[in-house]
Amino acid sequence: MEVRVQNIRKEFGRFPALDDVSLDIRSGELIALLGPSGSGKTTLLRLIAGLESPTDGTIFFGAEDASRKSVQQRNIGFVFQHYALFRHMTVLDNVSFGLKVRPSSRRPPAAEIRRRALDLLELVQLSGLEKRYPAQLSGGQRQRVALARAMAVEPNVLLLDEPFGALDAQVRKELRKWLREIHDRTGHTTVFVTHDQEEALELADRVVVMSKGAIEQVGTPDEIYDHPVSPFVYGFIGQSNCIDVTLSSGEIWFEDRPIGLRAASEPDGAATLYFRPHDIELIDGCGGCLAGLVTASRRVAGTRHLELDLGKAHPPVEIELPPERASSTDHTRIAFRPTKWKLFRKEGDVAVAPRQVEAPATELVRTGT
Amino acid sequence: MALDTSPAPSASSKLVKAATSETRIARLTLIMVALGFVALFLLLPLATVFIEAFRKGPAEFATALRDPETFSAIRLTLIVAAISVPLNLVFGVAAAWAIAKFEFKGKAFLTTLIDLPFSVSPVISGLVFVLIFGANSALGPFLQKYGIHILFAVPGLVLATVFVTFPFVARELIPLMQEQGTSDEEAALSLGATGWQTFWHVTLPNIKWGLLYGVLLCNARAMGEFGAVSVVSGHIRGQTNTMPLQVEILYNEYNFVAAFAVAAVLALLALVTLVLKTALELRYSDEIAASRRH
Repeated sequence: MEVRVQNIRKEFGRFPALDDVSLDIRSGELIALLGPSGSGKTTLLRLIAGLESPTDGTIFFGAEDASRKSVQQRNIGFVFQHYALFRHMTVLDNVSFGLKVRPSSRRPPAAEIRRRALDLLELVQLSGLEKRYPAQLSGGQRQRVALARAMAVEPNVLLLDEPFGALDAQVRKELRKWLREIHDRTGHTTVFVTHDQEEALELADRVVVMSKGAIEQVGTPDEIYDHPVSPFVYGFIGQSNCIDVTLSSGEIWFEDRPIGLRAASEPDGAATLYFRPHDIELIDGCGGCLAGLVTASRRVAGTRHLELDLGKAHPPVEIELPPERASSTDHTRIAFRPTKWKLFRKEGDVAVAPRQVEAPATELVRTGT
Repeated sequence: MALDTSPAPSASSKLVKAATSETRIARLTLIMVALGFVALFLLLPLATVFIEAFRKGPAEFATALRDPETFSAIRLTLIVAAISVPLNLVFGVAAAWAIAKFEFKGKAFLTTLIDLPFSVSPVISGLVFVLIFGANSALGPFLQKYGIHILFAVPGLVLATVFVTFPFVARELIPLMQEQGTSDEEAALSLGATGWQTFWHVTLPNIKWGLLYGVLLCNARAMGEFGAVSVVSGHIRGQTNTMPLQVEILYNEYNFVAAFAVAAVLALLALVTLVLKTALELRYSDEIAASRRH
């Protein structure tokens, strides 16, 4: 089912956890709410569920205004961060709970409830464990019971709060793939909260990046990674470098020299240049480039990470090179130029209109020569 | 450089001991001290009660218990406990629920208030009820006019007992419910359960062991309470004397066998409670362990 969040505001005491947030969730999509802790992502999830009530704003399930409905009436499936399985009930009883508590007019017969619960346990690959208690299961198994329990009520929307947060790395990877498969098979509209960007980018159809109670960017994993619309998204998703630069008649200057990058349509003034460590090219003989002294060098799997010192006043910059290229540059001074990059104007600089979310400023992004 | 400087015989051993393991002597000393205290301050008095009760033989013991005044005291104690324990069960669950699961103004004050009966002397607790319901109180004339007996009657005894035993259930449940949080309840509600279904199928099973301990402790105290009950009872023989009061009266009359016979029955009730608790713990040890942690 389609879920529309409209101008939602939520305050805890006088502290706004969410400020005027709007989001359209398409029917059948798998969408991730991604952000650091305190960004309001869990609050948004709980508001959609009806576990919290908004201070202001509306939430629609399809064409219906769900904000006036209680959590029971919304018919959602919620998977809690620590699963919240009923510890005194068997796995089977946990999964059938949502059907058993229905009023008798809407409750399927006992045999039917049992059959459906067993079907779901088969779907989550836990057949044969229906008589176990939660305490007798591993973390990954509990997680799957929690998911089966949430799906048993045939929810309008499936909501997962940090679904893999409490699991170790290996299990997390497996379950991630598995959740994607389940989603593709059942087609539930699914919203999950995570602080793990890798998880969000790998699993979701679309990612909602949140910060400080507001949505920074909504887009496919590719859009989010390749065209971040704000310094926050650039810094939060993947690795990135940022250096202070100056614009002068369409040229980008670093300190006292141009670095060979042009931003023709931009007015003069101070700005910040963002680029990813792997989006650079090495340059022989610096005629308009960035240059720095190598201060550290680390081999990470298939690439070599070099840390460069561009000068005392600037934070160190990290670049990634293929190991063979890095070893060939045995000078301690390296000259390079970003191949893909983006400029953000300093805050409070009124000379430049704020960029639109829909139009990532492609005129500013160039690919190598 | 691991030098074992302990004076124990194991000093010659090449293995370095675990940091938390004690020497044999230290362990034995600790165990002896603990056992010694238990024997001196718990077992000895308990044994004395039973020895004194049977000093003149089982026949005399039986006669003492068959005394109508004693019999009435036993009955009264059971009635008072049977009324006040369920009351405190309900109050305790409600108070613990409110404190553990809701945020509201004055929560810290309520938490402190629940401890009040523990910190106030039981005699004062009894006196409070005399001041409220006594003949010279504001309510006194009204109660007299309509012939309502609170002091020197069962209602007064129940009130005093409820007051004194109020904290037991709540104290037991508050930390438990706080630790468990509200996510189980939220899960049940999100699955469509009503508030009542959630309480009955999720909350209650989660707290049932804590609740049981609280009730057992509450019951033990309700039957054994002396101070507060003594003030509101009026000591009318065969009518408002509970077992602890009856013990005191008999003892003051130098009727030692009867006094200790009643005391033995009281002690026995407490022991039964304890044995019941231990038996349940053993029987359901797995489930208790599971309810503590996932």
